[in-house]
Amino acid sequence: MDAPAKTTGAGQAASATPVFYLEDEHAHAGGGSTMLGFWIYLMSDCLIFACLFATYGVLGGSYAAGPAPKDLFDLPLVAVNTSMLLFSSITYGFAVLAMDKNRVGQMQAWLAITALFGAAFIGIELTEFAHMIHEGATPQRSAFLSSFFTLVGTHGLHVTFGLIWLGTLMFQVWQHGLIEANKRRLMCLSMFWHFLDVVWIGVFTFVYLMGVLR
Amino acid sequence: MLDNPGLQKAIFGRLTLESFPFHEPILVATFVGVALGGAAVVGAITYYRLWGYLWREWFTSVDHKRIGVMYIILGLIMLLRGFADALMMRLQQAIAFNGSEGYLPAHHYDQIFTAHGVIMIFFVAMPLVTGLMNYVVPLQIGARDVAFPFLNNFSFWMTVSGAMLVMMSLFVGEFARTGWLAYPPLSNIGYSPDVGVDYYIWALQIAGVGTLLSGVNLIATIVKMRAPGMTMMKMPVFTWTALCTNVLIVAAFPVLTAVLALLGLDRYAGTNFFTNDFGGNPMMYVNLIWIWGHPEVYILILPAFGVFSEVTSTFSGKRLFGYTSMVYATVVITILSYLVWLHHFFTMGSGASVNSFFGITTMIISIPTGAKMFNWLFTMYRGRIRYELPMMWTIAFMLTFVIGGMTGVLLAVPPADFVLHNSLFLIAHFHNVIIGGVVFGMFAGIAYWFPKVTGFKLDPFWGKMSFWFWVSGFYLAFMPLYVLGLMGVTRRLRVFDDPSLQIWFVIAAIGAVLILFGILSFLVQIFVSIRNREALRDLTGDPWNGRTLEWSTSSPPPPYNFAFTPVVHDNDAWWDMKQRGYARPLGGYKPIHMPRNTSAGIILAGISGVLGFALIWYIWWLAAVSFVALLATAIGHTFNYNRDFNIPVDEVIRTEGARTKLLSGQA
Amino acid sequence: MSTEAHVNHGSHAGHDRDGGVHATLGGYLIGFGLSAVLTAIPFWLVMSGVLGNKEATVVAVMAFAAVQIVVHMIFFLHMSPRSEDGWTMMALIFTLVMVLITLAGSLWVMYHLNTNMMPSHDMSRLP
Repeated sequence: MDAPAKTTGAGQAASATPVFYLEDEHAHAGGGSTMLGFWIYLMSDCLIFACLFATYGVLGGSYAAGPAPKDLFDLPLVAVNTSMLLFSSITYGFAVLAMDKNRVGQMQAWLAITALFGAAFIGIELTEFAHMIHEGATPQRSAFLSSFFTLVGTHGLHVTFGLIWLGTLMFQVWQHGLIEANKRRLMCLSMFWHFLDVVWIGVFTFVYLMGVLR
Repeated sequence: MLDNPGLQKAIFGRLTLESFPFHEPILVATFVGVALGGAAVVGAITYYRLWGYLWREWFTSVDHKRIGVMYIILGLIMLLRGFADALMMRLQQAIAFNGSEGYLPAHHYDQIFTAHGVIMIFFVAMPLVTGLMNYVVPLQIGARDVAFPFLNNFSFWMTVSGAMLVMMSLFVGEFARTGWLAYPPLSNIGYSPDVGVDYYIWALQIAGVGTLLSGVNLIATIVKMRAPGMTMMKMPVFTWTALCTNVLIVAAFPVLTAVLALLGLDRYAGTNFFTNDFGGNPMMYVNLIWIWGHPEVYILILPAFGVFSEVTSTFSGKRLFGYTSMVYATVVITILSYLVWLHHFFTMGSGASVNSFFGITTMIISIPTGAKMFNWLFTMYRGRIRYELPMMWTIAFMLTFVIGGMTGVLLAVPPADFVLHNSLFLIAHFHNVIIGGVVFGMFAGIAYWFPKVTGFKLDPFWGKMSFWFWVSGFYLAFMPLYVLGLMGVTRRLRVFDDPSLQIWFVIAAIGAVLILFGILSFLVQIFVSIRNREALRDLTGDPWNGRTLEWSTSSPPPPYNFAFTPVVHDNDAWWDMKQRGYARPLGGYKPIHMPRNTSAGIILAGISGVLGFALIWYIWWLAAVSFVALLATAIGHTFNYNRDFNIPVDEVIRTEGARTKLLSGQA
Repeated sequence: MSTEAHVNHGSHAGHDRDGGVHATLGGYLIGFGLSAVLTAIPFWLVMSGVLGNKEATVVAVMAFAAVQIVVHMIFFLHMSPRSEDGWTMMALIFTLVMVLITLAGSLWVMYHLNTNMMPSHDMSRLP
């Protein structure tokens, strides 16, 4: 990661004194650190999920004589939900491709479809939660259920927040067009959205699939 | 208050007139003092018509220098509160013998030791460290600000918001009585049904958001905004330690957020994470909180190590010895700090194999620190040492921290820890390293960079008074605690049966009083320095013959730091420039692109504080309203695309011209 | 090393946004296809019990998850060692190490703590 020292600046003097300052600094637009900064934030979010996974790992077997995963998890429904999220990932990808080509209308359309898939995901998840609670499998019933609802619920909250962000961005693009700032924001949301899909892989594997296998 | 209890609850939650401690004389007296002092400050600001100035130039500023100063001021103010707690404890423990219960009932005493820890770690040490890094790092890397200036402002105000909640707990309701880490089941709703632990949770969650974002900010800054030619291995050591510290912050604080959220869910939603029944496991809390807690102490010490590196090399007139090994040692410490956390609960029963693993890793982590010690010593060897105040603090650090480190390695041996865990030996150890390391480091850093910030040095005489009081006071206050710990005395005790112990507590109390004089001397030092500032003036911007880029700017630096971005060729860039005939450019200035001030940070943090207060007191309507307001304000802020401006070239010419005049007056 | 003054003169059309890796239609489609398959198989393995062996199913399911995460990283997140001069990759690796330490460490420590509790406590039952 090391590069040799650069000396720049107009007209380096023939004398031995090196150039110690940039005479000709092109004013840059700013925002050059945003992608890295957002990525680092995502890494910290990853660690929050890691703690929730660890808690689920430790407490996930503590049913307290209450319902266990195989009593509760509807794998076909989870498969449908997973596909909703996966579809939303690819439709966001299509939106980014349209953005790269500056096709605003197409991009907005794909974003809207992404939002629909995301909303479907949340809707299905909420009905799943409602059903469980109706059956008596509340977050208070056992440590297993507390960790389940918190892990899956936190993921769902992130998706919900992503949907709010998506709606806001669609409005801001409609208002200002695909200016640099909006493109940056769309790329940040893209990272966020795909990251949530990555976390979901962990959730459906460790919570649902392995829960049923326990 | 109201006739209808249902209505009362709906409007005020569990806040009632009983929540105000009218019957506790100490608190009433404190409140009167704070109210009078506060009124005096507010009155003075109003009288001198400074509100507009404060709002425009400080509160809404996104300038890393202003924000850095505000952090340090916050830390120093909270030091007074945290230290008052310490004095109260020392007094109680010195007199509670021979049947005397002392003057503090358990209900109050328990809040004091909890608040002391929380305040000192989260609202003194963290702000001081963050403030120093905020001020110095952009200057050292030749940048004009941090990567995300608005976020920087927001982070600061979130920290203030958390501090306000803790301070408020003194006068409205009460604070937690659980110790600074609030272990369940004691901190769970069953054993702590009152607002104390809720104050704790929300203050730390709010401040934690600020700290985490600050971590992201400084990493991006150091990675992306270094001056051309400044490769990673040409960065100043303080910047390296800042980078590693912020990596630790980003990697550790999410854990704190998660754990406190889980504790909060237990308390608010009746979940069973850390309960004794329904499958909960309180030990998981201890596990997770220390996964955060150990990196946290390295977050505190690494910047101090950075300060000592800068100070040692500057005041020995020599390049730092072993730059590469310093960098490697810092990185190794960063990684290893994640592999030792269990040493905080050896006695919780994980068994021999687990304990041995963590005991060994804990011993290993002392090695890179030892390497740093040797590097500092070798830097001093054959140097021309100037015993200015920062260097004095550094020498005191070297002696004191080594003792604390050694007792740490002693505690790293699980069988020894079984005897000494939670004894006063432990208390002595961590105060030894935190005071000897972090506090002395902060004082060294403040003394070192004060002229850069203000344009004049600190008064040396009162600085030395403060120094000697602090050093003598520290040893008198904490060496007896090692003795007491070895004799078996437990921490957090309020009353004692064995009269032979009293003499040690009395000595410790005397030490605490000496530290009090140290703090007072420091305050006098500030006052005297301001009064005598013309005599203490730094006109060149380089009062110590420094080596790094911040000393190339004026004291204080202009808002844009550098009229021209520096180009770096070697370590100790400024020293290199001075040696090789650098001539400060006298013309050719251009307009400079800078970020605008913003009020969004203070407003968002204020709403967060209200949200926290509402959640603490179960005022659900207020919680809902403030949550919506928070979201709306945050989203509203994103509609502001007008975030920057250009400093016109005339202003740059004027500022630089004034400096040219000043410097030529010196020649 | 890249510095603010030298890179990122705004994102002109076609200019590499993240230091070298472009989003392409082909990339997204491949990623989607792989993910779909890598999701369907574990679900099938668990729901049908076709492997017969619980441990084997667990290992297989975890392996598929790991691979799918890598697929997402490459095809959707455009993870590459070149992005941001390698800092993105460095941050990811560091985070993964932290995640592993948190998960493995917590599981290991808590298992030992629980085992040493007395009397022997079956956490699946009521207290």
